Amino acid sequence: MERVVELLPELTEAMLQTFAMIGVAIPLAVLLGTPVGIWLFIHAPGGIAPLPKTHAVVSGIVNTIRSFPFLILLIAIIPFTRLLVGTTVGTAAAIVPLTINAIPYFARLVEQNITQLGTGAVEASRAMGATRGQIIRNVLLVDAKPAIIGSITITTVSFISYSAMVGLVGGGGIGDFAIRYGYYRYETDVMLVAIVLMVLLVTLVQWSGTRVARLTDKRV
Amino acid sequence: MISLRNVTTAFAARGKDPVIAVEDVSLEIPQGSIQGIIGFSGAGKSTLLRNINLLERPTVGEVEVAGIELTSLDDEELRQARHQIGMIFQGFNLVNNLTVLQNVELSLKFAGERNRSVRQVRAAEALEIVDITEKATSYPAQLSGGQKQRVAIARALATRPEVLLCDEPTSALDPFTTATVLQYLADVNRDLGITVVIVTHEMEVIKALADDVAVMEGGRLVEKFPSADLHREDFTPETSIGRYLMSEGISVDRGLSAAGGAR
Ligand SMILES: Nc1ncnc2c1ncn2[C@@H]1O[C@H](COP(=O)(O)OP(=O)(O)OP(=O)(O)O)[C@@H](O)[C@H]1O
Ligand SMILES: [Mg+2]
Repeated sequence: MERVVELLPELTEAMLQTFAMIGVAIPLAVLLGTPVGIWLFIHAPGGIAPLPKTHAVVSGIVNTIRSFPFLILLIAIIPFTRLLVGTTVGTAAAIVPLTINAIPYFARLVEQNITQLGTGAVEASRAMGATRGQIIRNVLLVDAKPAIIGSITITTVSFISYSAMVGLVGGGGIGDFAIRYGYYRYETDVMLVAIVLMVLLVTLVQWSGTRVARLTDKRV
Repeated sequence: MISLRNVTTAFAARGKDPVIAVEDVSLEIPQGSIQGIIGFSGAGKSTLLRNINLLERPTVGEVEVAGIELTSLDDEELRQARHQIGMIFQGFNLVNNLTVLQNVELSLKFAGERNRSVRQVRAAEALEIVDITEKATSYPAQLSGGQKQRVAIARALATRPEVLLCDEPTSALDPFTTATVLQYLADVNRDLGITVVIVTHEMEVIKALADDVAVMEGGRLVEKFPSADLHREDFTPETSIGRYLMSEGISVDRGLSAAGGAR
């Protein structure tokens, strides 16, 4: 336990690094992934405005990024990371691959969230002479909101755990802290403390996500 | 007036012959009347109804509503024209995460009404027509089927359309609730002069509500007659499908033995 107190500043820093990574990557993924998800839904074959060829291309890109093992993506995009943040090590550099991985991940979830809604309200809106933009804003996003909040929760939880891998580029974070002390230095106590912190973080995210989703869902 | 001229609607099917859902249908529906469209499942009733507001563009033929040739409009003009044509559905198709009032406001928003308080006043007026004002702040999940359909009617009426298209509006409702909803449709027709087109597979609905009946089979309009005929002792529809629909009544062979037990 003494050791933990000794490492407290480092532990705090690691926690803050995790917050920074998740705090930038997830909002960016939501901001950029949501339009991609909507786009995939709208232009799917048999969708509101089918664009089968372009859809196949975009869908293919999304699948490609998603199927890259995270560590390989991390390394593959190093030149891009340097271009974007000027460095390839540290928390800022780790945020780039995390975000790039999270965007298509979140986009697919949003696409699914909207697909599950059923076509009734969209049909009624078309009959009311709504534009495509009006249908997206006033119907699809409104009815998909609880599900999308659920997707934000899932993405956040997944990427808290992904962020443990960015130690490879010196990204830091609580997961990396656990690996460094537990795996490389055999300081099991320290590792356990870090893992408990991660579990608490994930539990908190999941609990608040579920709660907010339930509050916005008016179907029951 | 609604006028369909030689309307044919085919759906392309991959690797197969196209499905001809509506075939060469011509129909004139006078302003202010109630037109019933009846037929079996798959007869093309919904497709024909959706041809009227071009939710489904006919492959061939012209559609005219309230003096506007819809089939010659571009997408933007068509959107504008649709504010004149309300539509309700078997599944109500409300937005679940919006209140009743917000649902009705939606049609006004889509019709370009930017002022929120104007929308709210007009939405409230529409709710009054179907006597559901007290549910204004409820969500669809808190309503019965009949109440949901009344909200859908209010939503369709809020933009003061000339025509109301109804696709099996009572098929999900019990007979008592059906009567209530049909009564509102009759009132709307009488008081607001709105032309009503109602698709159903129940002759009862036609008898209760429609001025005229069109019978569909296999995509074709096979027979038309005034629904008053249905009340005449000596009336027999010309087609076998018309006669069948009129005589309605379900008989099922359960394979029971004379003794009443299972075989
Ligand atoms: N979007 C579509 N794509 C392909 N085929 C379709 C489509 N819509 C309808 N059809 C086909 O067209 C025919 C007529 O369908 P329609 O829905 O108009 O019938 P209906 O009389 O309304 O039937 P129901 O009473 O079951 O609602 C059916 O064979 C149906 O499978
Ligand atoms: Mg139908």
